[in-house]
Amino acid sequence: MKSLALSDEILLTIEKPARYLGNETHAVMKNKEEVAIRFCMCFPDVYEIGMSHLGIQILYDLFNRREDTWCERVYSPWVDLDKLMREQGIPLFALESQDPVRDFDFLGITLQYEMCYTNVLQILHLAGIPLHAARRTEADPLVIGGGPCAYNPEPLADFFDLFYIGEGETSYPALLDAYKSNREQGGSREDFLKIAARIPGIYVPSLYEVTYKEDGTIASFTPRDPQIPARVEKQLVTDLNQVSYPTKPLVPFIKVTQDRVVLEIQRGCIRGCRFCQAGMIYRPTRERDAGKLMDYSREMLAATGHEEVSLSSLSSSDYSQLPQLVDFLIETAGQEGVNISLPSLRIDAFSLDVMSKVQDIKKSSLTFAPEAGTQRMRNVINKGLTEEDILKGAALAFAGGWNKVKLYFMLGLPTETEEDIRGIPRLAEKIAKRYYEIPKEERNGKCQITISTSFFVPKPFTPFQWASMDTQASFLKKAHMVNQEMKEQLNKKSMRYNWHEAEVSVLEGVFARGDRRLCKVLEKAYENGCLYDSWSECFYLEGWQKAFAETGIDPAFYTSRARSREEILPWDFLDVGVSKAFLLKEWDKSQEEQVTPNCRQACQGCGAGKYRTGVCKENREEISCENTN
Amino acid sequence: MKIRIKFRKYGVMKFIGHLDIMRYFQKALKRAGIPVSYTEGFSPHMIMSFASPLGVGLTSDGEYLDFEMAEGLSSIQGVERLNAVMTEGIEILSFLRISEEKSQNAMSLVAAADYEVCFCPGKEPGIKSKGEECSAPSWKEAFSDFLDQPEIRVTKKSKKAERELDIRPFIYEARVDGETIFLRLSAGSVTNIKPELVLEAFFLYLGQSMEPFSLRIHRKELYAAQEGGEARTFVSLESLGSLF
Ligand code: SF4
Repeated sequence: MKSLALSDEILLTIEKPARYLGNETHAVMKNKEEVAIRFCMCFPDVYEIGMSHLGIQILYDLFNRREDTWCERVYSPWVDLDKLMREQGIPLFALESQDPVRDFDFLGITLQYEMCYTNVLQILHLAGIPLHAARRTEADPLVIGGGPCAYNPEPLADFFDLFYIGEGETSYPALLDAYKSNREQGGSREDFLKIAARIPGIYVPSLYEVTYKEDGTIASFTPRDPQIPARVEKQLVTDLNQVSYPTKPLVPFIKVTQDRVVLEIQRGCIRGCRFCQAGMIYRPTRERDAGKLMDYSREMLAATGHEEVSLSSLSSSDYSQLPQLVDFLIETAGQEGVNISLPSLRIDAFSLDVMSKVQDIKKSSLTFAPEAGTQRMRNVINKGLTEEDILKGAALAFAGGWNKVKLYFMLGLPTETEEDIRGIPRLAEKIAKRYYEIPKEERNGKCQITISTSFFVPKPFTPFQWASMDTQASFLKKAHMVNQEMKEQLNKKSMRYNWHEAEVSVLEGVFARGDRRLCKVLEKAYENGCLYDSWSECFYLEGWQKAFAETGIDPAFYTSRARSREEILPWDFLDVGVSKAFLLKEWDKSQEEQVTPNCRQACQGCGAGKYRTGVCKENREEISCENTN
Repeated sequence: MKIRIKFRKYGVMKFIGHLDIMRYFQKALKRAGIPVSYTEGFSPHMIMSFASPLGVGLTSDGEYLDFEMAEGLSSIQGVERLNAVMTEGIEILSFLRISEEKSQNAMSLVAAADYEVCFCPGKEPGIKSKGEECSAPSWKEAFSDFLDQPEIRVTKKSKKAERELDIRPFIYEARVDGETIFLRLSAGSVTNIKPELVLEAFFLYLGQSMEPFSLRIHRKELYAAQEGGEARTFVSLESLGSLF
């Protein structure tokens, strides 16, 4: 029987000891003497969040299929254990073997949101790995980052040996092979990094040099060695039906956020909303075969014993085989007492019909994401959802028995006016009116409309990457305005309003479009005690303020400063398929309030056509969307 | 038909609390393809009941879970199929058919439990004496003196209130075996005496107080009471089931 890294006394003192035991159903155990590569996969947040992440399950499965590799997991110790580990000098350990992370060959960290960056430093620190890649020795693991935030890896450049840009299925096998053969030939860590930097999708920050102009913008971004590519190309799976899928996912003991079978139906999104990074970096949209997914759902329900199955995608309604798949799930899964959850569906007759079959209408609420309050603003962001669509959808839903509606909006979008802000509660009012038009006898009580706003954060590789981000004061003023306007609506009693904290959004804005110079701010903030920044109960604003002051870095340079079209952006060296020319065109069109059709309506030649797959190939004899860079 | 399974909980699984063990079995029964019956309604759930929740940190050789299922597999198949999907730390010992009567529910039957209690190294009473020495040369002899008392009064804390209670009548059996204390204690919904309570009283008897994390507790068996004749006898919950 395995022995644990933590004593009984510690495990019985801390919250939820199950976070640190491993041993979950389908956790992979191997003999460490018999593997060549030990890979520790990390999600730098608490266990319940990290365990819910599909990407890690995919890579965990992919790596462990290799006989020469044992992939294990680690998550951020929660603050209670974090404190004890520091006090008692307990090194961070991987869940499966309970061995110190420091002894691994690789530590892979997935970067899903900017507000986990201090947790990245916590992981390195508790593991006893030098924070700076430059100070690591042959004995330290290679620290590799991936996930959406790796699409601007620069604010973390000092702390990572490598980054993987894109979908893991593609280049990881080559990377692991290269690692093994380099070691067999007696090559050093440095040798390996040079080899790795030539593998498609791998970025080794230490091999690139950045110089700056007097105004603080980037003057040049160049490889230090002629053999290292100047541009790093995103990796993507061209055929989702050809890659493996984790049909035996880990089943945790404690309740986690995603406590269900997850079927990834597609990657990418055809829509092209101008604020949305996922909609750009995962282009082109590629579907997984419904037949395959049906098999997976059967296998996975049997292998996990989960009582719910859910679909994962950016926009499920755009999945072309949705009706077949949903029918299948309702028929088979439904019979065995398995619930079906269908997130990210557009509200229309089809989805309402489906939802009425799979959920309790009285208890569930409908979600609309108009993102902006007026049609003008929605045109600017290219959200192809009209007021007519929303009101029609709501009316249909009300007629079907629903009375709870959630509405999601953003504040601080480019070109936003007072009219757009006030338009948010006004739209809610129109929805409420629709409800109260239903004869009293047929309604079920009051309707409940929840308005939520988040603050817009411009992200790399979106048409808004040049936009100036709003200030904190302005955000709060706008939230206030929404609240006031809501109180002036006739049906204000049916409405509720929540908004996000502005400080965290501003910080997210700094790191989203940041450069290497932010590494020192991050390190300072961590030293000042910042950790778990995405958890409001842990967020420590003063620690961050001090960090900026101590390093002399002005956050406004990264947030509210408007970028010129010519500026070299810190992430420009990455090739994600979507071209800068396309993004600029979209940026211009947004200023003119012009909408762009989605990939299925009319290809825009965004650049992702060069991968010759997915939606770019649909119903087309020839690929017409190439050569647009 | 109604099924009772007996299982063992050991190793790292001792840190998994009762509610999570319930969730674990819900999923494990499905993985094993056991045709468990569900409640009616919009969100059906399995009808299952555990005999007696085991505290976090305790191990056990005698845990029980009752549930309803459709016919279609034998006792042996039940054990095999479940053990094939267990994680390390849970082992199914038997899979038996029990009476359909409500009063025969594991939870309502439990009347007594056997425990083995050890002190964690260095946590034995009397070793780390703080001023007051106890009269007996070792805790083992002191323990039999402790049991010889006509009554053992303790304050029992529940969520709502504290109350004084003489626990001596509820200690059905107690003896020292080597370094281990064996206890048979009253259990179940009427008077549930935890072994910690007995050991705390023992420390108090010695004029000491028990530090946290002093004990290692292992549950051996759960019993139902059988009245009949003059004396009450205890039969294990397992013995009320039958192979099929
Ligand atoms: S090339 Fe055309 S079809 Fe392909 S992702 Fe870009 S816009 Fe869509």
